[in-house]
Amino acid sequence: MSNPEQPPPPVGLVQVLKQPGLALSLKAAAWSHILQEARATGLLGRLAHRLQGEGLEALATCPAAMQGHLRSALRVHRAQHEEALREARYIDLALAQLDAPVVLLKGAAYVVAGLPAAAGRVFSDVDIMVPKDRLAQAESLLAMHGWMSTEQSAYNQRYYRQWMHELPPMQHLQRMTVLDVHHRILPLTARMQPHPELMFATAVPLPGTRHLHILSPTDMLLHSMTHLFVNDDMSHALRDLSDLDLLARHFSRDEGFWPQLMTRAQELDLVRPLWHALPELHRVWRTPIPTAVLQQLSALGPRRPVAAAMRWIWRQVFAPTRPPGTRHADSWSSAAAMAALYLRGHWLRMPPMLLVRHLSIKALGLHRSGTKQPPL
Amino acid sequence: MTSTVGELGYREICSLLRSDQGLRLKTGPFGNRIRSALPQVAQAVANLYGNYPLLQKDDFIDFDVGVSRPSGLRRWWQPQVSFQLDGNAPFNPLPGDQGFPLLEWGLNWCVYGMCHQYLILHAAVLERGGRALILPAPSGSGKSTLCAALLFNGWRLLSDELALLDPVSGQCIANPRPVSLKNESITVIGELVSDIEFGSRVHETSKGTVAHFAAPKAAVDSASSPAWPAWIVLPRWQAGSALKLQPLDKARTLMHLVENAFNYDVYGAEGFELLSQVVTRSACFSFEYSDLGEAIACFSKLSHQAGDGLASSSLGWSTSG
Repeated sequence: MSNPEQPPPPVGLVQVLKQPGLALSLKAAAWSHILQEARATGLLGRLAHRLQGEGLEALATCPAAMQGHLRSALRVHRAQHEEALREARYIDLALAQLDAPVVLLKGAAYVVAGLPAAAGRVFSDVDIMVPKDRLAQAESLLAMHGWMSTEQSAYNQRYYRQWMHELPPMQHLQRMTVLDVHHRILPLTARMQPHPELMFATAVPLPGTRHLHILSPTDMLLHSMTHLFVNDDMSHALRDLSDLDLLARHFSRDEGFWPQLMTRAQELDLVRPLWHALPELHRVWRTPIPTAVLQQLSALGPRRPVAAAMRWIWRQVFAPTRPPGTRHADSWSSAAAMAALYLRGHWLRMPPMLLVRHLSIKALGLHRSGTKQPPL
Repeated sequence: MTSTVGELGYREICSLLRSDQGLRLKTGPFGNRIRSALPQVAQAVANLYGNYPLLQKDDFIDFDVGVSRPSGLRRWWQPQVSFQLDGNAPFNPLPGDQGFPLLEWGLNWCVYGMCHQYLILHAAVLERGGRALILPAPSGSGKSTLCAALLFNGWRLLSDELALLDPVSGQCIANPRPVSLKNESITVIGELVSDIEFGSRVHETSKGTVAHFAAPKAAVDSASSPAWPAWIVLPRWQAGSALKLQPLDKARTLMHLVENAFNYDVYGAEGFELLSQVVTRSACFSFEYSDLGEAIACFSKLSHQAGDGLASSSLGWSTSG
């Protein structure tokens, strides 16, 4: 008996984002599946933006209900962008007396700088980075202008201030917007130590603002890679990888970009995130990366077994959701990958003894306000 | 040609709810795929969704939802129920057997949390003669009881909870679903409507007893017909009070709509324009009552007047003399 022909794999979110023209031939069931994927990965805004950019958002072949969801996403995206621009202005005003650069990071940076990675990007917090020696002054200026720390527990406050790369999140009393103030891009306890002074030195001032800057192109890409590939929370992994794709395509229009990126990664001790990121970008989003760069990078990875394990983990993390009827979240391989990443994320950010102490405190719930710390 | 959920029969409804395929049905403009292995959910769905059109496997689904017991030891000790959307649980589980109210609450959350193609108000909406009566109010104002009374007395239900305003047309979109009542309201409406059947009744929720009855068949059958906003009435039930329907100035009404809008911040200036237009074209009132019979008569009288915002000042009256 001959095997029946394999049906072609269903067209999913990643395919449509790479080739929007595929949207013209999709049936209602495929659109339902894409909606689910887009919601789960935080990419509905980007999808809507992409289709709109190609003049495809009001397709005759797209169900009216799906068009409604795309319109909804565009609306949310527009509102959040306006909010990000407003927040940036408020932050610039609040930190007017700070005699230091204030670097916008991540989503807010893409929006304020008008980068392609801002397309359809939705986000909830604004992230900034200030030099460590100005941190106290920045915190008090922000407090004067209405931002308050959201962290109640004494343990968590100390944990943040002693070990982390950022203050506990601050929330504005009236606008309810959240602000994360960083002083470096990785915690003090992390295995990789990119020196913040190097990043401040090459930060690019934003025209029309007093103090606001964004990271240089190589640093912005490396920061985003580090954030994704050293993290333990993978809930927005595919979206973060999509941001990286858009950033890379935009910056690599400059011919010197790739060699600069390699050099800078070595300067900032961030070669490992680069090793993780570039092959995934190429595999998932077909980001055009010179072969020479990929070859050079392949020699800089971890040992073979670890490298193979990591590649397998990233395959699970960036896998599109399976067709309706099976649930991505249920599969054991994705659960195993997530568990491994959770531990790895902590491992990379803390030395062993501190990690054991931190995880036990969390597990025993001793970090909640009002409980004393265990004598350790 | 479209068949309804009721034509399937209880056994098949249960079987579909338990299967990976799920029970696929349309509510208002939304396609839903519902999965649950819980008997209480199956029973309530069979009782309350019989009139809704079934969807085919290839039809578009807006919300893929489920209610289940979270896995683990809690299955046997103080069991809980959990709501899922797209296979993920966005909230903490609720205790006990609140599966069906949780499903309803979850479906509402899907609409007001994710459907920003509409400007959504926390309001009941009813229609008569193609015109919409909007009752914007937070919980505890008596809006649900009033809505329930009116939908049995000449008004078509569009929604008991969520007013969906289409920003393009300015119309209210119908999304009738099982109507929920709490505590004393259950008794009051039970007395008013002798043959009412509550397809689900759950005690010990955080709000007390919550019961649901089915939206009338006529409302479900007309779910694709929108309505033009014509009356905005802010209701307030007050024990022993005389009935009072008083004109409300447009600015106050607009503020009230903004306060009761779920996604006003997403709409920004356009939201202001849209709500201003709705307020301008509508007759706006505040309404206080204690007797449902009087309230029903009052709204019946209202529906025979011109729903013209300009004439609102002549439409107020009260029973106090």
